[in-house]
Amino acid sequence: MTKLKSIRAFAVLAVAGGVAFGGAAQADENAELIVNGEIKLVTKTAAPDHLKDAVDTIYSGWLFRETGTQAMQMDDFVNPGMLDAEAGIELYNAVDGTEGKSCASCHGDIAEGMKGLRAVYPKWNEAAGEVRTMEMQVNDCRETRMGAEPYKYISREMGQIVSAVSLQSRGEPVNVAIDGPVAATWAQGKELYYTRTGILDLSCASCHEENYGNMIRADHLSQGQINGFPVYRLNNAKINQVHDRFKGCVRDTRAETYNPGSSEFIALELYVASRGNGLSVEGVSLRN
Amino acid sequence: MKITTITAAVLFTAGAALAGEVGPKDVVYAEGAIEASLSGAPGDAAAGAKTMTTRSLGNCIACHEVTALKDSPFHGEVGPSLDGTGSRWTEAELRGIVVNAKMTFEGTVMPAFYKVDGFNRAGDGYTGKAAPENFPPVLTAQQVEDVVAFLVTLKD
Ligand code: HEC
Ligand code: HEC
Repeated sequence: MTKLKSIRAFAVLAVAGGVAFGGAAQADENAELIVNGEIKLVTKTAAPDHLKDAVDTIYSGWLFRETGTQAMQMDDFVNPGMLDAEAGIELYNAVDGTEGKSCASCHGDIAEGMKGLRAVYPKWNEAAGEVRTMEMQVNDCRETRMGAEPYKYISREMGQIVSAVSLQSRGEPVNVAIDGPVAATWAQGKELYYTRTGILDLSCASCHEENYGNMIRADHLSQGQINGFPVYRLNNAKINQVHDRFKGCVRDTRAETYNPGSSEFIALELYVASRGNGLSVEGVSLRN
Repeated sequence: MKITTITAAVLFTAGAALAGEVGPKDVVYAEGAIEASLSGAPGDAAAGAKTMTTRSLGNCIACHEVTALKDSPFHGEVGPSLDGTGSRWTEAELRGIVVNAKMTFEGTVMPAFYKVDGFNRAGDGYTGKAAPENFPPVLTAQQVEDVVAFLVTLKD
């Protein structure tokens, strides 16, 4: 991750003075993410085979954050996202809809029923013949099994329930399938990842593959991994879902964005998730 | 008639191509460089420095470090430092780089600042919505000239 250029530029700026980077961003390359003093998460590992042409090593976005932000994610009592995960567990257990059921009615205790799932999503649904994100699966259960109204794709409730479900996979390695029935969707996602958009004419790769480790204005560019999602962002003080972040990044290229829940973002999520195969699911992570 | 046109070009800094200036679609490159002023007028280096540090305009320091602009915080590292760029490049070459850097650096991530066509999903500023028809370039002809006037002062 350490590029000579970054270090040099950083040193020059630091000497020039008046620049408030905190100095931390570049320093914690070897920091270890251990939550509550016991759950050790993999934040750096060999790139999956399909990515080896592009990068050797994959890094969690956590490594690129400042020390203070990093520390907040290491303690569940300090990480504000945990409150949303708790609210999500309540939603999971709450009866809703015409069938008089909750998620727990079919899946049992969340710790059992949802264990390991975040790590393999987005994933092929054989019955429906489509690739589904976690959000899509939640809404399908609500509509067809509970007789409840679907949540808005990006919404407080959806963010909370996805946080609760993701937390049950904390520490498991991301392991999204990229072949078989999902191959075409994965290829579409890869194409989107490398396609430039907007008046600034930038692709995901322009920032997250060619420039991770570099500062872009006040932001320290990460690899744009989603193993930490959903994330609680201090900037907007709420849970941010994957498609929310994608939308923001595409918007920042001065482009007409795709919509959350669109076929484009579903494909992109599958592809971006697969770039993180091997990193730990972080449950609800914390970002600035 | 001619005088009116020139006056208009000097008075208006925003909007689509004005008579008397070279529109974004009419720019002529010689190996990436552009010889003549796009606005027909000389640039103002101080205004250029402002354009370079303003987020909604050039936002050049998002990607470049520039010691002469160190009063503005947060310089990026995506592109090279611009210190000494006025010694490395001629004025015409710098104009070409700012207008459309891809004519000089193939496949670069540096955006084109005076270009209005050939984009994929052009947006309306940072709204995430589609751009209106005939949207303007990121910088006006005069703003490009101002930036170029500043860049030529960055000597080693
Ligand atoms: C103009 C630069 C730019 C482009 C282009 C861009 N991003 Fe980002 N992205 C950022 C910045 C800055 C951040 C915040 C710092 C970070 O985590 O890298 C970010 C953050 C992210 C994150 C959050 C990572 C984390 O750990 O919290 C994801 C995921 C992401 N981007 C995905 C994408 C995808 C997918 C695309 C293409 C559709 C894309 N980005 C395009 C600049 C960009
Ligand atoms: C998104 C990033 C980005 C932005 C924004 C950006 N540049 Fe660049 N610029 C680059 C990169 C990267 C290069 C190196 C060219 C290459 O090899 O791709 C570069 C190269 C240059 C060079 C040549 C540097 C040298 O001396 O060799 C100049 C001059 C320049 N940029 C000026 C500007 C100005 C002026 C602006 C704003 C109006 C600007 N740039 C905005 C990324 C950027």
